[in-house]
Amino acid sequence: MEEQLKLVHLNDIHISLGAKMVPFAGYSMPVLYSNLIQEHLAVRNAAGVFDVSHMGEFVVKGERATEFLQYVTSNDVSVLYDGKVQYSCLPNDKGGIVDDLLVYRWNENEYYLVVNASNIEKDWNWLQQNNTFGVEMENISDNLSLFAVQGPKAIEALRKLTDLDLDSMEYYSFKAGTVAGIEDVIVSATGYTGAGGFEIYVWNKDAHKMWNAIFEAGAEFGIIPVGLGARDTLRTEMGYCLYGNDIDDTTSPIEAGLGWITKFNKSFINSDFHKQIKENGATKKLIGFEMIDRGIPRQHYEIMDAEGNIIGEVTSGTQSPSLNKGIGMGYVTPSFTKSGTEIFINIRNKQLKAVVSKLPFLK
Amino acid sequence: MNFPQDLLYTKEHEWVKLDGDVAIVGVTDFAQSELGDIVYVEIETVGQTLAKDEIFGTVEAVKTVSDLFLPVAGEVLEVNDQLSDAPELVNSDPYGEGWMIKLKVSDLSEIEGLMDVETYKQHVGH
Repeated sequence: MEEQLKLVHLNDIHISLGAKMVPFAGYSMPVLYSNLIQEHLAVRNAAGVFDVSHMGEFVVKGERATEFLQYVTSNDVSVLYDGKVQYSCLPNDKGGIVDDLLVYRWNENEYYLVVNASNIEKDWNWLQQNNTFGVEMENISDNLSLFAVQGPKAIEALRKLTDLDLDSMEYYSFKAGTVAGIEDVIVSATGYTGAGGFEIYVWNKDAHKMWNAIFEAGAEFGIIPVGLGARDTLRTEMGYCLYGNDIDDTTSPIEAGLGWITKFNKSFINSDFHKQIKENGATKKLIGFEMIDRGIPRQHYEIMDAEGNIIGEVTSGTQSPSLNKGIGMGYVTPSFTKSGTEIFINIRNKQLKAVVSKLPFLK
Repeated sequence: MNFPQDLLYTKEHEWVKLDGDVAIVGVTDFAQSELGDIVYVEIETVGQTLAKDEIFGTVEAVKTVSDLFLPVAGEVLEVNDQLSDAPELVNSDPYGEGWMIKLKVSDLSEIEGLMDVETYKQHVGH
């Protein structure tokens, strides 16, 4: 039902730019503007802009906000300071993950959560249900636009638009201020590409002005709009998990290689379960692999051993535009997780050779 | 978008150029632009006689895999060897160097079921 899709605030701009629009997470989203490989390489080598306004944003406020987030997220919120961002996940009570998210600390009584568009309602309900801490929550997803300005030249473009000291910003930190003459903007040194750059949160009323300012400032660096297609190839090259592909309601963060955001120095929803997996060993683990034979792995393809026994399943896969070969991620039984291990991907009934590889693929 | 007048077309976005009872087959400009950057063309049916609409190969782009369907019944005589090292020819020259197979047509009357250029243009909304 196309007419029921939600539109991002700049929908008309994307259409006028000739973007191919597709349904994604309940939104009509630009998947491609010109050419996927060009868009991908623009982000790796120069700069590109994604409109990712479909993402969800919640405000969490209250004296017990930190305590609440310690309980509902897997990472350790206590290490955050004002202006710091943390990657984390919301474990469910059945051993899986409700969503992965970013936690922004404004101050000790106020945080912003950035969640996947496909899970906004599910996350909201889950958080409400577990809010026994009296925190106040607000869903501001529909009022905010989010532009990811990514690539090695992103900082040079944005420097022209703001007095904020972007150069001193550490990875996974944020600042609020004026950008392109627009007040009340959040600039976050985050992204989903591994190419460096910033994400800019702006109220919808200022979104159009911000979009134009970014492209004007970036023109000399060859900045171009980039669709979700390249966003997926870029994140896959970095081995970043995509909710719904690599993690979901049934996968433990420990199995997904997200032990680094799963901290047992505190207790959180279902933490004992994940701690046991960590101590006793997981029955499956997420790996990265590169194709040796020519072929492109895709989601749901079988992973096999040399004898043709099924040992797992591909969760994400693509041709890597940077490496010019097929790369993928998938869950396998623990004896096949060591990097260098030979595995086979069943591509249209042919067992094509691949090798387990350390993540990220792009060093 | 390029739609040569002298070719015949299928609803699966292949083009056919007939010379006697031998047909050259490729994918259309529309198809290559929808697929995006083509990474592999895999055709392993040389020497086989296949029915109309049978799969004779696959094309893989960065984001998608597409089957190739035989426009009319016949024997696959030859595959364009250049495509194994240079699949991007399908993107850059879909009606020329990006051709895919030569086919010995079993029943020439099946050719009449293919679309002419105007019908194909309508089919893709041009």
